[in-house]
Amino acid sequence: MTLTQFIFGKLTLDALPHVWYTIGGTAFLLAMGVAAAGFLTYKKLWKWLWNEWLTSTDPKKIGIMYILVASVMFFRGGLDAVMIWFQQASAAGVSQGYLDPGHFQQIFTAHGDIMVFFVTMGFLFGLINLIVPLQIGARDLAFPFLNSLGFWLYLAGAILINFFFVIGGDFAATGWLATAPLSELQFSPGVGVDYWIWSLQVSGLGTLLGGINFLVTILKMRAPGMTLKKMPLFVWTSLCSMVLVVSVFPILTATIALLFLDRTFGMHFFTLTAGGNPMMYTNLIWMWGHPEVYILILPSFGIFSEVVATFSGKRLVGYMSLVLAAIEISLLAFLVWLHHFFTMGAGADVNAFFGIVTMFIAIPTGIQMISWIRTMYRGRVNFTTPIYWFLGFVGTFTFGGMAGVLMASPGADFQLHNSLFLVAHFHTMIVGGALFGIFAGITYWWPKVTGWKLNERLGRRAFWLWIVGFFMSFVPLYILGFMGATRRLDHYDASTGFQPLFIISAIGVVIIACGALMQVWQVIVSFKERKQNLDTTGDPWNARTLEWSVPSPVPSYSFAVIPEVCDRDAFWDMKEANGGMPPKITKYEDIEMPKNTAMGIYVSGFVFLIGFAMVWQIWWLAAVGLIGAIACVIIRSFDEETEYVIPAGQVEKMETARQLAMRQ
Amino acid sequence: METAIEHKSPHGTNDKAILGFWIYLMTDLIIFAALFAAYAVLRGNTFGGPSERDLFSLPFVLAETMILLTSSFTSGLMMLAAHRGKKNQTIGWLVATFLLGASFLALELSEFSRFIAEGHGPQASASLSSYFTLVGTHGLHIAVGLLWIIVSSMQVARRGLTPFITSKLTRFSLFWHFLDIVWIFIFTIVYLMGVAL
Repeated sequence: MTLTQFIFGKLTLDALPHVWYTIGGTAFLLAMGVAAAGFLTYKKLWKWLWNEWLTSTDPKKIGIMYILVASVMFFRGGLDAVMIWFQQASAAGVSQGYLDPGHFQQIFTAHGDIMVFFVTMGFLFGLINLIVPLQIGARDLAFPFLNSLGFWLYLAGAILINFFFVIGGDFAATGWLATAPLSELQFSPGVGVDYWIWSLQVSGLGTLLGGINFLVTILKMRAPGMTLKKMPLFVWTSLCSMVLVVSVFPILTATIALLFLDRTFGMHFFTLTAGGNPMMYTNLIWMWGHPEVYILILPSFGIFSEVVATFSGKRLVGYMSLVLAAIEISLLAFLVWLHHFFTMGAGADVNAFFGIVTMFIAIPTGIQMISWIRTMYRGRVNFTTPIYWFLGFVGTFTFGGMAGVLMASPGADFQLHNSLFLVAHFHTMIVGGALFGIFAGITYWWPKVTGWKLNERLGRRAFWLWIVGFFMSFVPLYILGFMGATRRLDHYDASTGFQPLFIISAIGVVIIACGALMQVWQVIVSFKERKQNLDTTGDPWNARTLEWSVPSPVPSYSFAVIPEVCDRDAFWDMKEANGGMPPKITKYEDIEMPKNTAMGIYVSGFVFLIGFAMVWQIWWLAAVGLIGAIACVIIRSFDEETEYVIPAGQVEKMETARQLAMRQ
Repeated sequence: METAIEHKSPHGTNDKAILGFWIYLMTDLIIFAALFAAYAVLRGNTFGGPSERDLFSLPFVLAETMILLTSSFTSGLMMLAAHRGKKNQTIGWLVATFLLGASFLALELSEFSRFIAEGHGPQASASLSSYFTLVGTHGLHIAVGLLWIIVSSMQVARRGLTPFITSKLTRFSLFWHFLDIVWIFIFTIVYLMGVAL
């Protein structure tokens, strides 16, 4: 080994940006960084940013940071989607489209990973951070430091997955799950798969920490009187989702660790040579992968339950059925992974078992749909944007769900496997289910977080653009699937007759993009008009659960006094007992809150170094990262004074000041 | 014996920490489950190399096992001393646990280096890859545990047995017993069954 190899590992000058998209990506990242730094310096906001946000252990602030990062990544992943569609719309017959096949493969891989790990997961962890503690009447989480660390690991993963633009030039070209043996060194010799491994490993660690944290928070920190059967539905579905996280993310960690050992240390878990077993990778990755999609969808079910009950002005119908359905979905999640590869030769009996279990999943989801619709039935439905998203979801999710039941039949799956029908199916579930739920949730809880409401008119416009664009882009994909179009096509023959449908689909995606831009515009306009839309009461929707019992925006300590819960709709119950008004607080107490800490940032910084060093096999740098991360954890473990006290007198002063301001 | 002990601090923080730690242990157990599954799938894929029967020396592994079990016992004695508030005894048992854990790790590494020296390293076949990874991951956990003992001993020496420190020791003890249980499975499934079946 020469000295250069020791210092730089596999890293050479070739890794610097030299094609249009890496130069473009790097320039964009640099421009964003310089613009942000310039703005912060000009406005002298660095200190504010560091003290109020970056080092915060407050779940309300960490939640906002999650949502901001997820939003940025949403446009990053969305740009990938647009590029895929334009290639497919144009690459028929003699035209090869504008992307070369290798680049195209990297784009659809990045699109899938970013949308699942950094968009949907980010939004969900953001909303859970913001809302779950408030709904259970807790001021913070069980482990505030781990929450901060989890966020920073998520961000480190998000940076790593984009870092190939700056150093490396290639991302994985393997599809979002990097299926072996394609992802092995023999077939993917570049660093793309290594970036994939470390990005997921780092962010997955953050997810796991978050899962443990929210489990303990929900189990141990509920307000007095809130039994399990009195928890709001969003808390229930988040609980189920977190149980799945702690059950299956370790499998992901183990699986990609084995792939790493194969690639970096020449072992033979999934290789074609020396006795490796690539099929084991497929099994392991889907044992994580199938529960993962339920991790994404379950919290959205909870959001819809809250939205439907609130805007129907009614108690949720079938509370226990909804809870049991969520639990049942979580249990079935473990028993269906094989339906992702019916065609891989497990045999008729095994396929039949997994096919039937898969079909069972339609039962709890059907029960949920009926419970929500029955809640609306004879309610006084207030048609706000969140209800629009809910109704859109009823359409898309039922449609996509039926497509899913169709594919659950192994016989049909042999035809539809790996086709665009499948692509259309899971996009209908994740976009029309998880993402619409996230949009409903963000609109619903927006005033709670910011103190002002979003513009309804623009919100409805965004919804219509989304739903029209959605069906326009995905219905053609269902048809194309039936016609035999496989997924991930970078080029097809003109005689297939695919092109008109691909073009319609591409127009649909432009409409979706307009919907997304409309949402940005909605936020900008709403911010400008916020004075007219202020939420002074803390309860703009006449809602039912505890998060609406505190002022908007929520003070740092959330609850001046921890509420006593007597009913499932705890806040509604309090309002009824008090003649329609929120109860008055008479006695204040000292409040203990977690202190800020920058340790999460330092640890994640070192972990990022480990990831980067492992990608390029720069061993000394990996050692630096490892020692640094361990040292930070040890230093933190000596720190007993992790909380500070807000005295009762100060709480009272803050509360009275705000009540005065509210009356004006 | 540990269940009888009150974990609660005035704010219930330690109580949460213990529950959180149990959940963490379960996640770690799933990592081991995945590695065990990989081993079960790949153990026969020796790619023409020697099988476990030819490689393992059971008396050697039995010695390792006894050392690790004893270290679990000393860590139990450490917790008893900690709950009785005996600082020096606690540190003494921590040191004993450390020495036993370190000798276990040394024996394991010597076994690994013997295999590698004989040309049966983790790259030789899928079977050996899965063996080294499963047993090595356990060894890595032991190494983390040893580091934890060093840090805990320093904390006990500097600050005494406060509820904060005792809670940490309780979690360490859970971790150490957990590694012991995982080792029992490794001993049975990898070594005993590897030689016998």
